[in-house]
Amino acid sequence: MSGTDRTAATMAVETPFMRFARQFAESRVAVLSLIGLLAVILAAVFAPWITPQNPYDLAQLDIMDGNLPPMSESFGGTTYWLGTDDQGRDMLSAIVYGIRISLVVGAGSTLAALLIGCTVGLVAAFYGGRLESVVMRIVDLQLSFPAILVALILLAVLGRGVDKVLVALIIVQWAYYARTVRGAALVERRKEYIEAVRCLALSHGRILFRHLLPNCLPPVIVVATVQVGNAIALEATLSFLGVGVPITEPSLGLLIANGYEYLLSGQYWISFFPGVALLLIIVCINLVGDQLRDVLNPRLQR
Amino acid sequence: MLAYLIRRLFQAAITIVVMAVLVFVGIYAIGNPIDVLISPEADPAEIEAAIRRLGLDQPLWRQFLLFVSNALRGDLGTSFVHNEPALRLIIERMPATLELAVAAMLLSIFLGIPLGMIAGLRHDRATGRGIMAASILGFSLPNFWQGMMLIMLFAVWAGWLPSGGRGDTVPLFGVPVSFLTLDGLQHLILPAINLALFKTALVVRLARAGTREVMLQDYVKFARAKGVSERRVVLVHMLKNILIPVVTVLGLEFGSVIAFAVVTETVFAWPGMGKLLIDSILNLDRPVVVAYLMLIVFVFILINLVVDIVYSLLDPRVRLSGRAE
Repeated sequence: MSGTDRTAATMAVETPFMRFARQFAESRVAVLSLIGLLAVILAAVFAPWITPQNPYDLAQLDIMDGNLPPMSESFGGTTYWLGTDDQGRDMLSAIVYGIRISLVVGAGSTLAALLIGCTVGLVAAFYGGRLESVVMRIVDLQLSFPAILVALILLAVLGRGVDKVLVALIIVQWAYYARTVRGAALVERRKEYIEAVRCLALSHGRILFRHLLPNCLPPVIVVATVQVGNAIALEATLSFLGVGVPITEPSLGLLIANGYEYLLSGQYWISFFPGVALLLIIVCINLVGDQLRDVLNPRLQR
Repeated sequence: MLAYLIRRLFQAAITIVVMAVLVFVGIYAIGNPIDVLISPEADPAEIEAAIRRLGLDQPLWRQFLLFVSNALRGDLGTSFVHNEPALRLIIERMPATLELAVAAMLLSIFLGIPLGMIAGLRHDRATGRGIMAASILGFSLPNFWQGMMLIMLFAVWAGWLPSGGRGDTVPLFGVPVSFLTLDGLQHLILPAINLALFKTALVVRLARAGTREVMLQDYVKFARAKGVSERRVVLVHMLKNILIPVVTVLGLEFGSVIAFAVVTETVFAWPGMGKLLIDSILNLDRPVVVAYLMLIVFVFILINLVVDIVYSLLDPRVRLSGRAE
């Protein structure tokens, strides 16, 4: 008897979040990726305190130090671990500052698109009818065009700027969430607890966001994680093509683009290291996303 | 089938009309259409003539009809930079893009299917795991940076291949192609690899999943029991059944290959439609941007239509479920 009691007690102690954390931690690669991501985020947040120089304070730059290869020493005696660009900017500092912009644009646009997409998807699934078919037609139409094309066209119309890139990325992404949430909500809507809260005559807003939404979240979280990586990659690509962030706020993509002409003369480090940073961030996000998908997939629930 | 075809064509036509309205509204939303459609360097007499030709002095609905009828006649404006009809400029560059896209597709099939099958057959061994890890890398590599690294390795350091451009072309049925000359082929290799890598990673995943599913089927067990050589089991019995989903997905992905060619063409200075689009955006050559937009929408709707029809031929459930609605 005491044996069953103990199991019941441990079962009760383990909250859903703890079970989730335990299952997530089963993959060492995913945990390492998550730690790597947290380190990158911390580095980006505390960039002004940890980088050797402020790459955008012209007073700290020395044009004499321009295009130095990695590990070379500056005029003043400090070491440039990853070399400098044509302006004499320390690449390590430039990369950490670049990650800031890349993360803000990637995570910010994903969050905003998540809010819009979830609301639209929930409302469409809950009310159904003509509203639903019109909304889902728009989603289908948008998703039949590749994201990069939609973003390029929007930016060709809007022009350059961090705010414009954000708008373009939000418009590109919302449809993914609308489709995912609607799919989940269509299944949840028929379940008994929704019937129950309907009988309680709760307001529609409350049913949608307090009862329906939390139960639709698992697939959305998976899509959102992968989308942050996609958004960062897309922003970098757009900035590389010259339609993204302006030269005054260089993200990783723009840093890579700046090194393009120097690459051809063998000065690889200006493009190489920002690209490695970008790649590592995206790989980490994808690995975390993969593990989340396995843990949150109800079909694989143990 | 006919009913399905008609309904699907009708849908495509509606999409084109919707997109035309969006483009038209877009031109007006960003500002004065005179600034958008007429070169800033034109003198007052030219502006006057252009306003009359485009009907900008007429009510909005007449302007829209004029825009549509001009578009239907293939007149989508004249490039400010090249002083040529925008549509002709784009169509001239289309073969280069298509050649690149087809080369990338072929590369991803011929690399991805064998790799994916090996990963599926040896899914619990180091080879299989290695291939899958490489495919995650392939998914994560930013396309443009990967292209630049290819240039760095093979053009700058090794010096084996040219870093950009299209090289010599020879006409094939009146269309210039580069894969028939040695120089052209050398120019084609790096851009094709660049464009193919992402799709190769996708094909590897599809082929692996397909292989693992097919491996357990009765007909494979039966073929083995019958004493068919392992080589024949894999290359005939299994490969045939893996091909169907892979080819279907790749058909759907052809459009996105053309879209991503924008990036590859920019990195490798490949003279295709995508590079033209980027150059036009940067030069504010808006008629070309508008024309590209209309053309690409048309191409995409066409691709989606063809894929849907082919799919409905392969899988009758698609059109039957449509009828039941």
